[in-house]
Amino acid sequence: MTHKVIEKAKVMGQEQLSPTVRLLEVEATAIAASARPGHFANVRVSYHAAPLLRRPFGVAGVDKERGTFSMIYRIIGEGTKMLAAAKKGDVLDIVGPLGNGFDLDCARPLIVGGGLGLAPLLYLSQVLKRADVLMGGRSADELFWRHLFAEKAEKIFLTTDDGSLGTQGTVLALLPRLLAEGGYDRVFVCGPVPMMKAAAAACIKAGVPCQVSLEKYMACGLGACLSCACTIKGKRAKVCQDGPVFWAEEVEEW
Amino acid sequence: MVAPLYDGRLAVDIAGIKMQTPVTTGSGTFGFGLEFTDFLDLEKVGAVTVKGTSLLPSCGNKGQRAVETPAGMLNAIGLENPGSDYFLNVTLPKLRKYDVPVIVNIYGHSPEEYGQVAAKLDVEGVAAVEINISCPNVKEGGIIFGTCPEAAAAVIKEVKKNTSKPVITKLSPNVTDITVMAKAAEEAGSDALSLINTLLGTKIDIEKQRPVLGNVTGGLSGPAVRPVAVRLVYQVAQVTKLPIIGMGGIMCAEDALEFFLAGASAVAVGTANFVEPDIAEKIAHGLLNYLDRHQMQNIEEAVGLALPHGKHSMPLYNC
Repeated sequence: MTHKVIEKAKVMGQEQLSPTVRLLEVEATAIAASARPGHFANVRVSYHAAPLLRRPFGVAGVDKERGTFSMIYRIIGEGTKMLAAAKKGDVLDIVGPLGNGFDLDCARPLIVGGGLGLAPLLYLSQVLKRADVLMGGRSADELFWRHLFAEKAEKIFLTTDDGSLGTQGTVLALLPRLLAEGGYDRVFVCGPVPMMKAAAAACIKAGVPCQVSLEKYMACGLGACLSCACTIKGKRAKVCQDGPVFWAEEVEEW
Repeated sequence: MVAPLYDGRLAVDIAGIKMQTPVTTGSGTFGFGLEFTDFLDLEKVGAVTVKGTSLLPSCGNKGQRAVETPAGMLNAIGLENPGSDYFLNVTLPKLRKYDVPVIVNIYGHSPEEYGQVAAKLDVEGVAAVEINISCPNVKEGGIIFGTCPEAAAAVIKEVKKNTSKPVITKLSPNVTDITVMAKAAEEAGSDALSLINTLLGTKIDIEKQRPVLGNVTGGLSGPAVRPVAVRLVYQVAQVTKLPIIGMGGIMCAEDALEFFLAGASAVAVGTANFVEPDIAEKIAHGLLNYLDRHQMQNIEEAVGLALPHGKHSMPLYNC
């Protein structure tokens, strides 16, 4: 298991990816050195009693040479609002790397994602190099992700609910055909639960091994509080410690 | 012989449980301790109080189980745990490698079941049992035993009958008069008291127009509850001779000191472990600084100083 650390991380910068989504890059050499795709980090957003708990974010990219890693988050509540105010040079207290990470032992992977679920998949794409990516969103403006994946991925397939970009529909509009014709030996999925459930079912039907990265409300991220416990392959597991990545057919509680 | 930690200045003896520091961990907030070994030295924690353990494994509650609230959080885990056999066969052998007292928080659905768990855990490597009669998140057991003095006494007597270990009773704040429960626990033979467990609360999602937690209610913890916890320790300390382990929203040494001054002989950090996984060790250092500043040799000198008959305090009601 990866050694976890509490690290004082220097903010290198924040980039606005959409009106509410930010990419945050921090210098944190220990976490950057050991973070694998699928890992996440738990960021302290204030030193006051409120907001109290750390905010967990998937590792979205690592630059091991510079000792930096990035996270992508949506500004939703007080915690992420405060995080968005962090300036270059500010210091953030981060616990990581946390979780188990994806199993990379495959030859021809397909990455499938939507929304913020694409953040950990971006780092996965960076490490896999030239994987195909299928991403879905409600409309074209939600798929700004395609620019982030452009230099890392081989082919990028797009779907939008309203048909404003790519194929109209959800990722399920393309997935069964890609699985049948693409020769993939592994699918990695992260996104909203309905997307993950449907994509996992399609992979199981097509006989392609599939890993999903689950998201559940967690208070500690360390396996202590059991907020994120779920049932995997008939056994109790913790999303933060035993996951967040699980084999799709083993997930019994999404 | 190894020199005592911090020259013994933080050493306390709670009903026979010898601790190197008075800073323990709240049950349910520190897993089984092993989850935190990357961040701190378990042997520099006063005692590791592990997750509530029942006779058989338990899955806990459905739906969302935790949510942040102002200066705190609500949890409704529902005492999920892998059961007493798993604890004895898998977890305890790992914990035995550390020279630190292990306190096992136990719960059951009847006094007899509490007794059975206590009997199973009456083994080497377990320093004490803490009776959870105050969990607000399980439908049977838990809170019933925590709000009715006769029911609490029945559980405590049954546990005492079945173990040679010191017995700590964890009190609920969700009662009209906590001193009634404290006295009942003392009379029933409890060796120490720990307080407080969480306060009952509910959070509503105004967009979905339903409670956030699957269990509807959850237990409130974190800094938000600290003044309530300090008040309850202050009240209980005046009616019992039993040592008290005080807890409720402790985030730093200064917070912990309020509990010592209110009459606690040891403290537990809970929610703070989620935010700062090395906090239990850090608080011990903060306590040493305080002792230096106030020219005290031992933390025991601080216990109860703020009580009505304490060194510095005014009477509670002087009219």
